[in-house]
Amino acid sequence: MSAAIRAELRKITSTRLWWVLLLAQAGYLGFIGLVMAFSFTVEMPEGTSSGPALSGMDAATATYSLVNAIGYVFPLVIGSLAVTTEFRHRTIGQTLLVEPRRGVVLAAKLIATVPLGLLFGVVGVASLVGASAPLLAWQGDGAFLGDPEVLAILALGVVVMALWAVIGAAFGSVVTNQVAAIVVILAFTQFVEPVARLALSAVDGLEQVARFLPGSAADAVVGASLFNEIGEGSLLSRPAGLAVLLTYALVLAAIGRATTLRRDLV
Amino acid sequence: MTHSGPELRVEGLSKSFGPVRAVDDLSFTVRPGAVTGFLGPNGSGKTTTLRMLLGLTAPTAGRALVDGTPYAALRRPARVVGASLEAGFHPGRTGLGHLEVYAPQVGVSRQRCRDLLDLVGLTAAADRKVGGYSMGMRQRLALATTLLGDPPAVVLDEPANGLDPEGIVWLRGLLRAFAAEGRTVLVSSHVLGEVQHTVDDVVIIAGGRLAHASSLAALADLAVQETLAVSPDAARLAALCRERGWAVAPEGAGLLVSDVSAAELGAAAFAAGVELHQLTPRGTDLEQVFLRLTAPGRPAREPEAVVAR
Repeated sequence: MSAAIRAELRKITSTRLWWVLLLAQAGYLGFIGLVMAFSFTVEMPEGTSSGPALSGMDAATATYSLVNAIGYVFPLVIGSLAVTTEFRHRTIGQTLLVEPRRGVVLAAKLIATVPLGLLFGVVGVASLVGASAPLLAWQGDGAFLGDPEVLAILALGVVVMALWAVIGAAFGSVVTNQVAAIVVILAFTQFVEPVARLALSAVDGLEQVARFLPGSAADAVVGASLFNEIGEGSLLSRPAGLAVLLTYALVLAAIGRATTLRRDLV
Repeated sequence: MTHSGPELRVEGLSKSFGPVRAVDDLSFTVRPGAVTGFLGPNGSGKTTTLRMLLGLTAPTAGRALVDGTPYAALRRPARVVGASLEAGFHPGRTGLGHLEVYAPQVGVSRQRCRDLLDLVGLTAAADRKVGGYSMGMRQRLALATTLLGDPPAVVLDEPANGLDPEGIVWLRGLLRAFAAEGRTVLVSSHVLGEVQHTVDDVVIIAGGRLAHASSLAALADLAVQETLAVSPDAARLAALCRERGWAVAPEGAGLLVSDVSAAELGAAAFAAGVELHQLTPRGTDLEQVFLRLTAPGRPAREPEAVVAR
């Protein structure tokens, strides 16, 4: 098993896509952090109604939680690529020649994305905090980087990014067409889920459903959410959110094992 | 015999894709210490058979064994059978990176990867991306991948495709050396001529069924012996052949006589007083035998020709 994991790590690191995506994520989250911190801290001119929506520690935690709410598309994509690249370039045959136990291959891919997801998490949190904290401290009510709850949010943000990478790999084992997988991930994360979270949480009775959407569950693990600061929704507890995310990963992986990896492969 | 190879055995192997019977009740064995050519026209089921042998495709019926064990049940299979099917490469990976990706599961070091690039003549291209490799370079890299684990058996699907003539000669030498070391070597091709000078045994399939399995020498015995004779009196020569029951066909200025040696034909003409200006034995044309054995509509196999089962 450890040999299979080492092989998967080499597959990821032997092409340049992982660091290209990592840089893109750092730039994107840094930009988002700057914009959010700016919007929370800078008073609008007289006459405009929209003042800072949040203040104090809420502004800081809502900003820092964006590593999940905005950044999760990156680990999802890099995780899915761990599987879909093998099909796109038809290397899955060679992979199965050196390890015919297909469950081992899938498990190794899921596990190998964990360190990668942690790296995306650390870099994502660092770029988000690096861009927003100075502005929050200078113009706002503070960056609260010494607060234990804020530190927990940052650490759990890293953990959640690793979980996203695992979910991405599991999703890739279900949707092995690389283009299709990326399109679905982009559409779901950028459009379907944000709309669904807002829409569901606005309807009594369906609010409960919204809490089980993967992005919402991930916000629950982080312990803060911009969505829930501006909307009405509520989050699951941290352990419950973690359980929901792990369930997504395991169910997707089980589907991938039962469909894709049962087929004749070349 | 330092690398005594395993016996590869295919037993009643069948594979259906929907209504299409790609491989149909196929049985043959591949012995160690020899190069076996696995031959058939395009679409005859060669690659599907090899995929089943290597556990990538599940048979509809029958089984394929490596010394009695299915490939997928082997511990460290790449240490037993080095295989290369339609080779897939990530274009953004270097040649060396490609080998290093598989090295942990084969159980070999990064140095072994470099050594193999050296063996296949890709050292200079080790750090170049495979996307920029030529077809021949990819074939060499695929071969290096199969040899990572120094396997006692080698299974190669159309390895000569894309190789330049020099590469083909080099490959032939390598495969002959493997067989001499006692390894099992199975090489597929859709062209008999490509492997004719490399193989000891042939397994020929057509339409997913076994058409012929024997040594190369036994295959040559199936070749129709032909002799070309040119006579100023072609009519008398033709009459003579008909009298003896030999089939004749006009070819150029002469007659092509089937199933008779030049000596027999010359003696008959001499005895009958027929003047001959040319008497040429035609070499046994294996390609013709191959085409005959794999022709569509032909009965699945010639029972008398099947020696290996």
